[in-house]
Amino acid sequence: MDPMDAIKATYFQECDELLADLEQGLLTLDASEGDGDTINAVFRAVHSVKGGAGAFGFEALVAFAHVFETALDAMRSGKLEPDGDALKLMLRASDVLADFVQAAKGQGVVDEVRAQGIAEELAALTDHGAGPRVSEPAPASDGGDDDWGFTPLKFEIDEPVSAGGWLLVMTPTSAMYAKGHDAAFFLREIERLSSCETALDLSNLPDLDALSPEESYLSWRLRIPGDVAETTIREVFDFVGDDCSVELTRFGAPAPAAAPPAPPIDFEALLGAVRGEPAAAGAPQVNEAHEERGANGADKVSAKPAALGGATIRVDLERVDRMIDLVGELVINQAMLAQRVGESGLARSSTVAIGLDELEQLTREIQDSVMAIRAQPVKSVFQRMPRLVREIAGSTGKQVRLVMEGEGTEVDKTVIERLSDPITHMLRNAIDHGLESPQDRAAVGKPEEGVVRLAALHRSGRIVIEVTDDGKGIDRQRVREIAIKKGLVASDAALTDEEVDNLIFLPGFSTASTVSNISGRGVGMDVVKRSIQALGGRIAITSEPGKGSVFTLSLPLTLAVLDGMVVRVGEQTLVAPLTTIIETLRPKADEVRRLGPRGAVLAVRGGHVPLIDIGVALGWRTTPIDPTIGVVLLVESEVGGRAALVVDAIQGQRQVVIKSLEANYQRVDAIAAATILGDGRVALILDVDVVLDGRSLDRPDNLLLAQAS
Amino acid sequence: MDTADTNKDALELISFRIDDQEFCLDIMAVREIRGWTVATSLPHSPSYVRGVINLRGAVLPILDLKTRLGLGVAEPSARSVIIVVHIRERLVGLLVDAVSEILAAERDNIQPTPNVGCETVNRFVRGIIAMEGRMISWIALDDILPEQQQAEAA
Repeated sequence: MDPMDAIKATYFQECDELLADLEQGLLTLDASEGDGDTINAVFRAVHSVKGGAGAFGFEALVAFAHVFETALDAMRSGKLEPDGDALKLMLRASDVLADFVQAAKGQGVVDEVRAQGIAEELAALTDHGAGPRVSEPAPASDGGDDDWGFTPLKFEIDEPVSAGGWLLVMTPTSAMYAKGHDAAFFLREIERLSSCETALDLSNLPDLDALSPEESYLSWRLRIPGDVAETTIREVFDFVGDDCSVELTRFGAPAPAAAPPAPPIDFEALLGAVRGEPAAAGAPQVNEAHEERGANGADKVSAKPAALGGATIRVDLERVDRMIDLVGELVINQAMLAQRVGESGLARSSTVAIGLDELEQLTREIQDSVMAIRAQPVKSVFQRMPRLVREIAGSTGKQVRLVMEGEGTEVDKTVIERLSDPITHMLRNAIDHGLESPQDRAAVGKPEEGVVRLAALHRSGRIVIEVTDDGKGIDRQRVREIAIKKGLVASDAALTDEEVDNLIFLPGFSTASTVSNISGRGVGMDVVKRSIQALGGRIAITSEPGKGSVFTLSLPLTLAVLDGMVVRVGEQTLVAPLTTIIETLRPKADEVRRLGPRGAVLAVRGGHVPLIDIGVALGWRTTPIDPTIGVVLLVESEVGGRAALVVDAIQGQRQVVIKSLEANYQRVDAIAAATILGDGRVALILDVDVVLDGRSLDRPDNLLLAQAS
Repeated sequence: MDTADTNKDALELISFRIDDQEFCLDIMAVREIRGWTVATSLPHSPSYVRGVINLRGAVLPILDLKTRLGLGVAEPSARSVIIVVHIRERLVGLLVDAVSEILAAERDNIQPTPNVGCETVNRFVRGIIAMEGRMISWIALDDILPEQQQAEAA
């Protein structure tokens, strides 16, 4: 990659994070939970986006970010109230800013009219919110500011009175800089000891014409509160020796006469000078940068201790994936080795067998830790949703508040990627079909603003996503009528409320009488359901008329490994996902009853479940084996209800690495994926839902009966 | 058309036999040649799909080229080989009786496939190479995999 491209790629990566922070910050403020720090963080996000954009020459982006930043600056300085309307506007502005960033990436275009409108609204906000403002420094010079290598640290003009501590005056000499040391390093080290207050002493700084770039003119005064040993502070400066003069005095004791008196610097005056003559380069410009950074630094300092807690590194995803593949191979190889050793007839107590057991444990642990590396919080998916909700709310004319919970819930990357579409769809449905219009809500005595809750949580080894709305709930009468009209159920079918609710997942069902451009895109809940099932997931709905509905979606935590039951069917070895199996049993002859010309059922615990011969279902044999000589897996799926799958024998239970059939071939009906077993052969993983569902499809009139069973 | 043979006049081909007919493939499409191992059969698949095998951790589909070309069903023996080829991004194993040799041919010397009124021939034979009194059919791999629509319907 071209080095410039690499830098750009990093910038865009940062932009995505900054934009997420921006949106998050604005939402926090909107919920009236933010404080000055939040406003600062929001301002900083926009400022950083702008700074980088300036460096790359993304003019349009810079221009918009600049207007945005101006408005935020007014809010930061208290001239603009962070109230509802202003924040709503800023949220929309953050959407547009995101569009500009996308456009700069070369993906998508910006709606110029919308951008212009929002820019004008932002400008209007500051105009009468903040009164006439001194003209901002030109964006270009601002971009330059970001290149200024000054370390952001807290900066105090007036020394506040606080109890106890050290006063440190640090004056680096040019010799120190010549040796490649950086004053920032020391400031950072001291900061690590105690949250100190730092003041820059510019009193020795000559005029621009007298300034020698090689000389050192600056010194810093640090107030280090708290109980820090003198030696600890001195140690920081140990290796620079005499190249940096360090004077350390206790608080209360007057600073030694030798220390520069550090007159308070009138930054306002300096800034005024800069603003008065924007053309002036050099020292005053530098001061401005200091001011800017100093203010920003105030937050960084407070944010720092938290950041120190968990150091992170950025790793190319490919490397992690490669590692996961390799560990997968390791697991397979370990299984192969174990099988060979088993075949060789070594005693289980032999040292080889014991060593092998340990290897197995270790392998399992390695696999778990590698999978943990790839686990990501669902935040990356969730953070796209507020915008979506705003847009849907805007186009439906409904008032919606999105509440998100459990964004930190972690799930494997393979699952994260597949979460976005179903969540998008469920949210669309909740707002479009679930929530009422503000008028209707007011009429039934609800607040005009509807609440949609999006939550993620871990439950019994799966990730559960819930989308809750406080709308009108499912109109069961209408759902029923439509289902009957479309021929999905018999007109005299007796259905429970739950069954009626689940009718919306049937193919070809859509309740909206007019096809809206939001939900009615020809993609119904049946498609959502199918795509979730393809991932081994389940979706369900519960609804209460007048109170709202809850969509619950559950998915496995990973799509990389699976706990399975290894079974033999004829000559073939198959894996059935353990999650679908309720129990295994060997039926007695009197429990098997024939039903119809070919069908058979198994009497189990008072009920009757259909018997399905897996060999026949997969087309490997034409006549089913006698269930009494085989083994029955009692399985349950969301679609097909319960069924008894007949296999020849059970070989054991183990965790298998999921291998895609699609990578080199294509999807195969009734097969979820493949895996490689200990003998090095490929075994197929059964897609229980499809086996059960496929059977129901042959008899559409029984679809509901099967579901109800 | 295969991607491997753009703008080159000289071709290197790998030839193999199925019964008494000779076929060849562009060597650029061939990744490796390995012995026959029993494949795990796939349900609901066309007859020429023998199943899948483990190729160093990857799941490799095996096609019976003999069946695919309409010449009957192969009876794999210890001498049978699997030619692992690239077809676009996929890796696919082709089951053949035996690999014979590597041939060099000029693109100009390839004759168009004679029309024998057979759909299979038109679809899978992209040309004929005449050499030392033999006739070798050059196999086109593009359509060799089952139709993809099946995947969407599933």
